[in-house]
Amino acid sequence: MVNKYTPKDFKSDQEVRWCPGCGDHAVLNSVQKALVELGIPKEQFTFISGIGCSSRFPYYMDTYGFHSIHGRASAIASGVKTANPELSVWQITGDGDALAIGGNHFIHAIRRNIDINIILFNNEIYGLTKGQYSPTSTKGLVTKTSPFGTVEEPFSVGELVIGAKGKFFARTIDTNLALSTQIYIEAAKHKGTSVIEVLQNCVIFNDGIHDTIADKEVRDDRTLILKHGQPMIFGKGNDKGLILDGLKLKVVKLGENSITEKNLLVHDALEANPGIQYMLANMKYPEYPVALGVIRSVPGPTYERSVEEQISEIQKTAKIKCMDDLLMSGSVWEVE
Amino acid sequence: MSKKSGVIEREEVVIRFSGDSGDGMQLTGTLFSDTAALFGNDLSTFPDYPAEIRAPQGTVGGVSGFQVHLGHSEINTPGDYSDVLVAMNPAAIKANAKWIKTGGTIIYDEGNFTEKNIEKAGYEKDPIKEEKLDSYNIIAAPISSMVKEALKDFGLDPKSVLRTKNMFALGMVYWLFDRKLDYTEDYFEKKFKNKPGMAEANKIALRAGYYYAETIEALSPTYKILPAQIAKGTYRNICGNTATAWGFVAAAEKAGLKIFIGSYPITPATGILEELAARKDLGVISFQAEDEIAGICTSLGASFAGKLAITSTSGPGMALKSEAIGLAVMAELPIVIVNVQRGGPSTGLPTKTEQADLMQALFGRNGECPAVVIASSTPSDCFHFAFEAARIALEHMTPVLLLSDSYLANGTEPWRIPKMKDLPKINPPFADRNEIPFLPYKRDNERLARSWAVPGTPGMEHRIGGLEKTEKGTVSYVPENHELMVKLRAEKIERVVNEIPDLVVQGVDSGDILVVGWGGSYGYLITAVRELQAAGHKISLVNFNYIYPLPKNVKDVFRRFNKIVVCELNLGQFADYLRIKHQEFTYEQINKVQGIPFTINDIKDKCIKMLGDE
Repeated sequence: MVNKYTPKDFKSDQEVRWCPGCGDHAVLNSVQKALVELGIPKEQFTFISGIGCSSRFPYYMDTYGFHSIHGRASAIASGVKTANPELSVWQITGDGDALAIGGNHFIHAIRRNIDINIILFNNEIYGLTKGQYSPTSTKGLVTKTSPFGTVEEPFSVGELVIGAKGKFFARTIDTNLALSTQIYIEAAKHKGTSVIEVLQNCVIFNDGIHDTIADKEVRDDRTLILKHGQPMIFGKGNDKGLILDGLKLKVVKLGENSITEKNLLVHDALEANPGIQYMLANMKYPEYPVALGVIRSVPGPTYERSVEEQISEIQKTAKIKCMDDLLMSGSVWEVE
Repeated sequence: MSKKSGVIEREEVVIRFSGDSGDGMQLTGTLFSDTAALFGNDLSTFPDYPAEIRAPQGTVGGVSGFQVHLGHSEINTPGDYSDVLVAMNPAAIKANAKWIKTGGTIIYDEGNFTEKNIEKAGYEKDPIKEEKLDSYNIIAAPISSMVKEALKDFGLDPKSVLRTKNMFALGMVYWLFDRKLDYTEDYFEKKFKNKPGMAEANKIALRAGYYYAETIEALSPTYKILPAQIAKGTYRNICGNTATAWGFVAAAEKAGLKIFIGSYPITPATGILEELAARKDLGVISFQAEDEIAGICTSLGASFAGKLAITSTSGPGMALKSEAIGLAVMAELPIVIVNVQRGGPSTGLPTKTEQADLMQALFGRNGECPAVVIASSTPSDCFHFAFEAARIALEHMTPVLLLSDSYLANGTEPWRIPKMKDLPKINPPFADRNEIPFLPYKRDNERLARSWAVPGTPGMEHRIGGLEKTEKGTVSYVPENHELMVKLRAEKIERVVNEIPDLVVQGVDSGDILVVGWGGSYGYLITAVRELQAAGHKISLVNFNYIYPLPKNVKDVFRRFNKIVVCELNLGQFADYLRIKHQEFTYEQINKVQGIPFTINDIKDKCIKMLGDE
């Protein structure tokens, strides 16, 4: 590798101001670890964010960074990447920023398949405004703006991404640094919009929201880490797995009813048909384990390269090569 | 072709083509004006069409018009009143009756003046009588039946046959003005390259109209308008939207940058996005965004990445972009935001013209949020001011708001084509290696512009954003720092004044009345003022293109006139702005908010009245 960086090379001189114990610290560390592994010159990294706690992220990275306005990071990142496809563009966003105020830009960036890596910090709450419900808050959640519980259905990030024709979706937990780092590397290598949902803990306003599945004691039994080409096994001692039962996924115990590893579904992240991946992305505890890892990773043409190719294709045969040509094109006449 | 009797030589003439929005009046008018331009006349055109693509047939609401003003002398407006009206149906008479010069010529399609259509237009029996137009030069031409006859053996379906009516009418007008048919015939050959039948049918209708006019004596007298006395050079016809788009392409070439336009379609600005989308031959990146906000935000991202960033819109879209303009001010990134103004507020009058977004451009943002505001004033100078907007944005690292309007956007005029070598080079302040470590908000002493370090440049990694920062780029809530930065951002814009031209007075340097205009009403104001000057009045005009900052010599110009009259298509926004900026003067106003331009007589009558008050 030409560029030998350490995570320290990506730390800026700014003091990190997130609350002690916030999940964001772990995300920052695992992203810095991932960048080291990519072999991309540091000056090519560009971090774009919107508004929210997580959106302070670019200030803590010694890369190019643009902390923008609420909800618009997907649009700004789309402009950056389309303007210069050589850059490695990362969008840092949260559940409010990406799915509420920025929902339109988020789905359209995904639809276009612009090669940006979107890290969506999902803590199911508005933190920076001090504790109001978000589009991913569980129905019934009591918050400052829902003192009697919300009456709205939440979005599921994976469902939305796949619905918007997303080609890359992964999920991780803030505290799982090794898995997170690996996923960021895979997201960066994927050509097209990559969405990584990070189940992130807000220690102040929604503390422990992911504990049911993320707690050390229970996480092996309540999460399934998907690996492409591997059978879907989980549980302490790898004793459980997933099979397809009719049109639905079903949790089975290995050894019961003569089920062995061979009967289990094998994860295919590359499959273009999102049917199984959609079901995996939507699995909820307690009926299912929550799926982590790269759930979907399908190759496809990216927007910025298509734009580039169209321009160079047209330029090959174009009669107009410069502004003077354009000015003199069509009907012109001389006045003597 | 044949010789004519009763030819009248005229300095100028106004023709209006008017019919249902499906009658092809825009094309008819465009072909006529292109022919006149090629002949060497000076001209100005104005299309006037309803917001509905196909409004109910035969109604006044569905009338689409195209006015052409051509002359041997200099032409600055599409004209107030028409000498010749071509009316394809009774509704066209209804819509235009009060805009025909007394005793003018009206050519109408007799076949379309059916009882039903007459009633739909709101007449009882005879539109001409009911409008008291009997004494005018009325030519009732059986256009519908004539094209049916001319094309009867052609094998076209009846609908397609009737669609050539406009060409029959155009043929008549060509005869009336002694023009050749070849440009129009060439146009059809090109347009219907793969449908030679359609090309032929249109040509037959065109010639049938021409010969019909020749045959009937009623069309006499005909008009002769000699070519205009205009500067030597190569010319083309251009509308404001195309000129705007081209101004940006020219600026990009002069700055050595690529253009990125992020935009969302909106009337009447869409033409800019369409033209730039077609300019892939010159490397333009166009991004049709999901909404107005994404339009400016993708552009702002591209600006961060080192491109000439453009976004185009109209008033309602401008409102949606406000927050992002604030971000551009804070991040000090170059971007041009074009507002092709239309009648407002809200959806308002989408296809009509107005100048009522001035205050929005100046002040429509949160916080102390200064940005440069400039305005184009003729269809062709949209090129120059788009170039200027890009130059100022790039060299001063600031958003620039460029105001055009529906009248400029769609209006056309002949334009002497500039040579790229005559345009100035644009030098954006790209950061150089001496500036490592890079401080994002460090400024040059002269312009106070920060340097532009583009992602991908080694060693200059830095962060910018919407939060207040210190010079180093560190987020800061320190009270004194905020005030300092607010003042620096304001001062940066004020200093643009050093690099814009002084106001030019059209007419004597001092006198009784100084007519003050801005942007797109220039053509009407200059015509009215010149006519008053010719009548011996001490009246002059200044038309502002640079709105914020205002040129340096405003005070010096204003103080030499007894009265200052600010004329604009709103309730007095520029007048109020001048009252803030130059309180020492008293400002009279002439205003109009009808979605249509001033008329020359309007301005003249009101000025004469004010002269009388002296």
